[in-house]
Amino acid sequence: MTPAAEILISLMDEVRSELSLPELLCRDACRRLPISAAGIALMNRDGVIELVVGSDERATELEDLQLTLGEGPCVDSFATGRLVLHADLSAPGSDRWPAYTPAALQKGVRGLFSYPLRIGGIRLGVLDLYRDQPGLLDDADLSLALHYADAAVMLVLYLQTGDHDGTGGEPDALAIGRLEVEFEGHPEVHQATGMVSVQAGVGLTEALLLLRARAFADGRSVAETARGVVDRVIVFY
Amino acid sequence: MSREQLLAATFVELADTIGDDFEVLDFLQNLATRCTEILGATAVGVILADQRGTLQLVASTTHTSQVLELVAIAISEGPCLDAWRSGAPVVNVGSEEAALRWPRFTREARSLGFASAQVVPMRMRSDVLGALNLLYHEPTVLGPDDVAVAQALAGVATIGLLQERTPRQKEILAEQLQTALALRVVVEQAKGVVAERTGLSVEDSFDRLAVLARRQGRPLSDVATDVLAGLVEVLALDEERN
Repeated sequence: MTPAAEILISLMDEVRSELSLPELLCRDACRRLPISAAGIALMNRDGVIELVVGSDERATELEDLQLTLGEGPCVDSFATGRLVLHADLSAPGSDRWPAYTPAALQKGVRGLFSYPLRIGGIRLGVLDLYRDQPGLLDDADLSLALHYADAAVMLVLYLQTGDHDGTGGEPDALAIGRLEVEFEGHPEVHQATGMVSVQAGVGLTEALLLLRARAFADGRSVAETARGVVDRVIVFY
Repeated sequence: MSREQLLAATFVELADTIGDDFEVLDFLQNLATRCTEILGATAVGVILADQRGTLQLVASTTHTSQVLELVAIAISEGPCLDAWRSGAPVVNVGSEEAALRWPRFTREARSLGFASAQVVPMRMRSDVLGALNLLYHEPTVLGPDDVAVAQALAGVATIGLLQERTPRQKEILAEQLQTALALRVVVEQAKGVVAERTGLSVEDSFDRLAVLARRQGRPLSDVATDVLAGLVEVLALDEERN
């Protein structure tokens, strides 16, 4: 099992609490990484924020701040699809966010790290990690933070179909395990996503959902269904 | 071009990696292509350990899903994993020994028509970034010179990725490697879009993207991103050829 799947499955034990899974993920990241707060912003395909969660109230405020101001590492990370690692907001060079930087400093933030949540061309949102001390994450923490970003991507995929499988969105460790198996090392899933988007005339995000729904309906794995699409046996017209 | 000339030109290309516009994905794709030319391999795959410490295929000269699956097996059980773990070349392993050491990999490789696999680590001192995988249809024994050339190519590429980087630049490299892996998926998705628009196979669609990138003098990943954004009319290319 990948570390990302382990992270998600450990969260499943906690869902009796009042908190949603994305909130639990943010809190868990704060426990295991040398950071002070974590937040997730999820965007729809037009880049409009659909959901903001944080490890605590301040984290949620910090996320909201970027959306209100329309600038910040999260906004940059979503736009470029790249990691934004910023060691110290009070250091020179922080004026790239003229409105966001003073506001975030006022809330006690010094270092911040934004991880794009993406599957190639599918942009889902951003995981933001905030630190009250200046400084970058060391290699091990950078790596762990990437596992949290992977876990957040899997969580979004999982939540996307929460209503489809008839379990009423109950957390399901098996479903997480399946997701992992189907996306790791299967390039045909991405190739098929591109093909389906043209066939059905939809964006990549919807194309992947169609592919997964078809696999679910046929009782096959996503990778098998994808292979059928690539071999032009399965079509989505 | 003689092999020596090609080798010399390749070393110069591989040394040119500093600068903000350095594209890791195109750099490694070029390394893979040059290795087929210089070392006569049927297919070449470049594997890097990502920031998570797991091996990933970053560049490949072949794009059929069967070969990609074979590489995935080589990552979990095969010469690639061994070369990465040991930091030493895994070359000229006899077919009986290969079947014993990596039964699944050897079985799959043979069923796809590959007779030999030669792997050298991408290593500088104690840093092992990944491995260069050479697959051959013909049974192939690499002579000492060939092994030295393969190691030199892998080595200079590794140095290119690591050279004289300040902490800030190392962070940029981490970001670039991370982005390269995400762009790998972008390229796969773009291949699907091109395949559907043109009726080409997925493998030929990659070639189409590569031709387009070369003609425009732009990184492959940029062109792939444009294809996904609907900014490139891929059908036009098809008509152009006819």
